[in-house]
Amino acid sequence: MTEVLIIGAGPAGLAAATAARRSGARVVVLDAAEDVGGQYWRHLPAQRPAAREQVLHHGWSRFTALRRELTGVEIVTGAQVWLAERHDDRPPTVHVLVGPADGRDREQRTFEPDALVLATGAYERTLPFPGWDLPGVFTAGAAQALAKAERVAVGRRVLVAGAGPFLLPVASSLIRTGARVVRVLEAGGWGRLGRAWTARPTELLGASHKAGELAGYVRDLARHRIPYRVATGVIAVHGRDRVEEVTVARLDAQWAPVPGTSQRVAVDAVCVSHGFLPRAELAVAAGCVTGPEGAVAVDGDCRTSVPGVFAAGEITGIGGADLALAEGTLAGTAAAGAAPTQAQRRAVLTHQRFAARLSDGHGIRPGWTGWVADDTLICRCEEVTAGELRDIATATGSRGLRSLKLSTRAGLGVCQGRVCGRSVEELLDRTTGGLLDPGRTAARPLAGLVRLGELARMQGDTE
Amino acid sequence: MRVIVVGAGIVGAAVARELAGAGVAVTVLDRAASAGGTSAAGEGNLLVSDKGPGDELVLAQRSLTLWEAMKDEVKGFPSIEYEAKGGLVVATTEAGAAGLRSFASRQRGAGVIAEEVDPHELEPELTRDYTAAVHYPQDAQVQPAIATEALLAEARRRGAVVRQGVEVLSSLLSGDRLAGVRTTAGDLHADHVVVAAGPWSGEVAARLGVALPVRPRRGTILVTTRMPQRIRHKVYDADYVGAVGSSDAALQTSSVVESTASGTVLIGSSRERRGFDGRIEARVLSALAAKAMVLFPFLADVAVMRAYGGFRPYVPDHLPVIGADPRLPGLWHATGHEGAGIVLSAATAELLADLLLGRETKVAASPFSVERPTLASHLLSSV
Ligand SMILES: Cc1cc2nc3c(=O)[nH]c(=O)nc-3n(C[C@H](O)[C@H](O)[C@H](O)COP(=O)(O)OP(=O)(O)OC[C@H]3O[C@@H](n4cnc5c(N)ncnc54)[C@H](O)[C@@H]3O)c2cc1C
Ligand SMILES: Cc1cc2nc3c(=O)[nH]c(=O)nc-3n(C[C@H](O)[C@H](O)[C@H](O)COP(=O)(O)OP(=O)(O)OC[C@H]3O[C@@H](n4cnc5c(N)ncnc54)[C@H](O)[C@@H]3O)c2cc1C
Repeated sequence: MTEVLIIGAGPAGLAAATAARRSGARVVVLDAAEDVGGQYWRHLPAQRPAAREQVLHHGWSRFTALRRELTGVEIVTGAQVWLAERHDDRPPTVHVLVGPADGRDREQRTFEPDALVLATGAYERTLPFPGWDLPGVFTAGAAQALAKAERVAVGRRVLVAGAGPFLLPVASSLIRTGARVVRVLEAGGWGRLGRAWTARPTELLGASHKAGELAGYVRDLARHRIPYRVATGVIAVHGRDRVEEVTVARLDAQWAPVPGTSQRVAVDAVCVSHGFLPRAELAVAAGCVTGPEGAVAVDGDCRTSVPGVFAAGEITGIGGADLALAEGTLAGTAAAGAAPTQAQRRAVLTHQRFAARLSDGHGIRPGWTGWVADDTLICRCEEVTAGELRDIATATGSRGLRSLKLSTRAGLGVCQGRVCGRSVEELLDRTTGGLLDPGRTAARPLAGLVRLGELARMQGDTE
Repeated sequence: MRVIVVGAGIVGAAVARELAGAGVAVTVLDRAASAGGTSAAGEGNLLVSDKGPGDELVLAQRSLTLWEAMKDEVKGFPSIEYEAKGGLVVATTEAGAAGLRSFASRQRGAGVIAEEVDPHELEPELTRDYTAAVHYPQDAQVQPAIATEALLAEARRRGAVVRQGVEVLSSLLSGDRLAGVRTTAGDLHADHVVVAAGPWSGEVAARLGVALPVRPRRGTILVTTRMPQRIRHKVYDADYVGAVGSSDAALQTSSVVESTASGTVLIGSSRERRGFDGRIEARVLSALAAKAMVLFPFLADVAVMRAYGGFRPYVPDHLPVIGADPRLPGLWHATGHEGAGIVLSAATAELLADLLLGRETKVAASPFSVERPTLASHLLSSV
């Protein structure tokens, strides 16, 4: 029997697991989180289930259906995959530590699967701005997670800003957990949004579920009289010990703040999200080729460049939960050695068109560097400012990210560039006139923290 | 006089700085970015402690003097983090203790300060299970990538030109003399060409028409999360001394444990011959961790956040190649420094410049010549 290992139990991983199981494979699913569901279906812990999860979750019935189909699949939660050892001609050896991250005796497991499906999702991308390190500034994902998993709102008067349709469910969750959302600001302008969302309307029909979900959020905003502004963003946050006010401004088509349009708004919390980045470090370590936005390159059946390794969901390009489900199904089927159906392939194509509109309409534009001041922190772990990045790049004359990371310390801290990496690259790319080794900040050979004692204890048994 | 230096690692940078200081028109070429190769993929130990009496030690001793003088040379630049913090070599077996004591006594004969000490006065958290410990106060360190950039900046200040993203493809000949290089940015003419391409020096030499046995020897390093400083010196287990001089292809590890200015602890490093294969392997990390914990048991609970590594440029007889290549007039080498290129770059540059400019050398040049007998059999392979 083919052994399929799946890393990630979000929409993509769960769809892959059920598809692979249905195609007759032996399936193991690993996820670092305490429960399955991923980012999309984050929910209350099983000990205190909510009566009506579906109020905060779209597609909840799809989730419960998937979960029922998982019988016969071995699911290991609390399983941190920390290393994928590349073999080039076959799937990598996968090293896992199972147990609470702060516990001292996590169990070591090692897998040599026949096929591997990577479904590790995305990191949130938040662009830096003056004051973004003040308490009271949240990533939209963190706010969403608090709302979904703890039923807690991050503040009483909250402003939501950034780019992309994800701002809408976040605003919705905030309302439902009792916050007053004062405004939702989208950086993309009507021009780009209009071109992205109104062109070829028939194409959207296939993704009607997603379009319908978004329309529901828009109705939510209208019902609560929450202004939704486009071509606008938060360009600074002010406050002594925590957020008291924000400066909002009009943004031009390249997202540069338009002079003379700024305005202050009193709030006690801000939620920002400018998009998502593929969480591709395991794929990179496994040797998979990635594309320009750091997404794992796949063929029509979700095969990566490494034989036996498949990728599905946000790591192949940001496209939301429906695309993740469709790709997961395809990847799971193919990984089990079965042939995907034409309908399965078509489903992926439909949702990919939706994803393309997402990036056309809401993708980050280079003008954002216009709201970054010299003393704005870019790397928060190592406390490196934009001014320091520029000065050191100028002093060294280096066009290498490897060298500049070491001389500025940007990205060398405990987050290993997960938060700041891409912003550091974009700022340095501009200062140096073009980096010669771009994309490096996506490489993290170790996908999680490992204690030296755990490393030393490692034995070589393989499953 | 025009000189092309191939490679903007620490060796090429140091050579460019030295030649530019003597009024030579220097162009440094690198196919990638500056300080992007081995010089940004290792540690920055400036050691005498791991070297027995001999030519490499002489070069290291001269280098330490030069580093001390260079440490504040470039103003308005990030610090190169030069620190003469000293090294502590610790044996944990009876055999190791005997080996360490006799090694230290031979080193003392060659002018190295090496004092047997009670290690807990220097490192209170060191294991209680040690058998001997020797303190080397002359051991120092720099941040190697910043040091490389600082040397390049000084070279530029002295008139050198640094071109990144320019790859050397082949030779330009004038009769039987090398007259320049063909590159991805066109033909560049020069009176002399210095190969300082680290572990790729064999390949560059081959492109220019000569065989040079420089090969990669993989090394991997662990970086922990930040913590309050609990390790004050560079601390090595005594096995380190054996691994450095070895030609064994199999995995060897020995601990070099130290804390950096930023509060992380670096644990290096493995030595393996396996070509340019850069994958990070669990068995290597595990071996490194186990050795480090022998020295500092408290490390068991410390988290590792990154592993990285590079390829030491090594030559079969474990000495760098520095000087003219008589097989092709106009061609020079400054390469093959294996695990000591950061420290040795300083005296290497001085020696190469002295030879190229016909000045008296500060250290004997013949041990580093490409014509030395121990290399003869390796130069025969045709290219
Ligand atoms: C913080 C955050 C919140 C989001 N909230 C929403 C939302 O409310 N609504 C919405 O439409 N979209 C949301 N998204 C977008 C979301 O990424 C997609 O909609 C959807 O969840 C993608 O599915 P996926 O299966 O590709 O990835 P995910 O659902 O992200 O699942 C990936 C899983 O992989 C696991 N994983 C990753 N690396 C490892 C490792 N090394 N070892 C073990 N396990 C690992 C993770 O724990 C995670 O459970 C959110 C994204 C983020 C980052
Ligand atoms: C894990 C590890 C730990 C180490 N620790 C220490 C230590 O503590 N102390 C110490 O002294 N040394 C140490 N070393 C050794 C030291 O790093 C090297 O000896 C030194 O960096 C070599 O420098 P280099 O300038 O010769 O080579 P590199 O820094 O590799 O520079 C060579 C350059 O040549 C360029 N190049 C290659 N081919 C071409 C071409 N065709 N055209 C143009 N350019 C080209 C490359 O892009 C590269 O930038 C360590 C090494 C490793 C791997």
